[in-house]
Amino acid sequence: MHDMTIAELAAGLRAKQFSSRELTQHYLQRIDAVDPGLNAFITVAADHALDAAGAADRALAAGEAGPLTGIPIAHKDIFCTDGIKTSCGSRMLDTFIAPYDATVVEKLAAAGCVMLGKTNMDEFAMGSSNETSWYGPVRNPWDETRVPGGSSGGSAAAVAARLCAAATGTDTGGSIRQPAAFCGITGIKPTYGRCSRWGMIAFASSLDQAGVMARSAADAAAVMTAMSGFDRRDSTSADEPVPDYSAALDDDIAGLRIGLPKEYFGEGLDAEVAAAVEAAVKEYERLGASVQQISLANSPLSVPVYYVVAPAECSSNLARFDGVRYGHRCEEPRDLEDLYKRSRAEGFGAEVKRRIMIGTYALSAGYYDAYYLKAQQIRHLISDDFRRAFEQVDVIMGPTTPSTAFTLGAKTADPVAMYLNDIYTIATNLAGLPGLSIPVAPARGLPVGLQIIGNYFREGQLLNVAHRLQQATDWHRAAPPATA
Amino acid sequence: MALDNKDVADIAHLARLAVEPQDLDHYSAELTRILDLVEQMSAVDTAGVEPMAHPLHVAQRLRPDQADEPNRRERFQRIAPLTEDGLYLVPKVIE
Repeated sequence: MHDMTIAELAAGLRAKQFSSRELTQHYLQRIDAVDPGLNAFITVAADHALDAAGAADRALAAGEAGPLTGIPIAHKDIFCTDGIKTSCGSRMLDTFIAPYDATVVEKLAAAGCVMLGKTNMDEFAMGSSNETSWYGPVRNPWDETRVPGGSSGGSAAAVAARLCAAATGTDTGGSIRQPAAFCGITGIKPTYGRCSRWGMIAFASSLDQAGVMARSAADAAAVMTAMSGFDRRDSTSADEPVPDYSAALDDDIAGLRIGLPKEYFGEGLDAEVAAAVEAAVKEYERLGASVQQISLANSPLSVPVYYVVAPAECSSNLARFDGVRYGHRCEEPRDLEDLYKRSRAEGFGAEVKRRIMIGTYALSAGYYDAYYLKAQQIRHLISDDFRRAFEQVDVIMGPTTPSTAFTLGAKTADPVAMYLNDIYTIATNLAGLPGLSIPVAPARGLPVGLQIIGNYFREGQLLNVAHRLQQATDWHRAAPPATA
Repeated sequence: MALDNKDVADIAHLARLAVEPQDLDHYSAELTRILDLVEQMSAVDTAGVEPMAHPLHVAQRLRPDQADEPNRRERFQRIAPLTEDGLYLVPKVIE
């Protein structure tokens, strides 16, 4: 059952080949058997899942089922889940039982999805390898000596290893697309504001966006349709209609204009990754697309800009963790300042502290213009590059990451080396554009991601373009050894 | 931009993070390395470029100033480290 697509699972449930309860039990057993080797889950919510499955079975029996009724999913542990531990990968929130559901969680539950549990992640979504989690690293199902990417590494590994049919993720600088590339799955980061941020623990509020990780564009489209949409509780939620993303999947892509940014194919890109991406672009030409080179001249500046904007916003957002209202509190504080300082020092890990300090510095008196304001100005230039590119092309393609998954521990000693993993994904977040990663031909036995970037609110087109490739090729069907 | 140990101690105080004296060298080296990366920005001429605060250039939505969420104080205080009679407890601030 765990190899079936969401549409196949929905059909199986309707035809009574299996019940939602049986499907849920099957996935829970797989998690028990496979996850000890991967560490993809922080919390398995078996009782909650079986209750939700019972409700799904009643909806199916009553003829009230939708396309996601009874489909087993997992949520990244950054989304608040009412009555269930929501740790954000941090010791700070190790004891935090969320008192409400995030909007995304609420919407997917209303659509009938069965949540199996909460997935591991880099602490507060700060990391590119899932090694900053308080709960230990996640292992890549393709090679357990390698990282799954991050920060949504647990969701990526769980989907790749068939421990859930799909999972939510969040993407601030590449945290859906990079782990999707490393684990050989499909991951979409929608336009900024497309999915509500309410109940999604904040990292960098002008960049954070929820999205979907699944085994195909068709599966991702079904979940995206259910979780997108305006939410008055999120002040930056986009008040734009949500199309049925599944309806446009089969649209013809003849005449599609693809742009290849020359900055995404230069120095630092692994030759085999480049070859795999070029082979996928050739496939698009066979499907009737035209290809031209474009330039995103300011995109090499996206990493420096990001490491001002994201830490600045993180230092402000994480000021709420004060040891008073919820979260970790130190033992026997001497006074209020000691309570703040020690609770935060004990509750946060090294990477989170580094980013809080960089952000605090960038926002401090006398430095604001040189850092934050300057970064916001260059952010404008990066965004303008995309605006000009989309006057010439419909979508932009390139590698998702400069290399395939690296080994555990390879980049933990040097934060800057780790940051450069996101060199091709960050610009999309700075501009607020939608981006997606799909698996193409592997390199040395490891998955490679093709990144496709679209214009604002063109998620439907991205999923359509991805789906057409997945109809013509079988790269996305490759399964890691851990699924056996 | 190189940060020394005193800079790091000042920043850590502003951020309300306790840093042990023996960790200052390590932090100043790492933070300096990150600021060196960020330094690439200074080569860009941004005269007259408007700072971009929101990807879609939209203005903040407003709503009527009326409470529309129910009061769930008991529920929210159940997850607090220390409360009494509906109040959050912290060490004595005023002697």
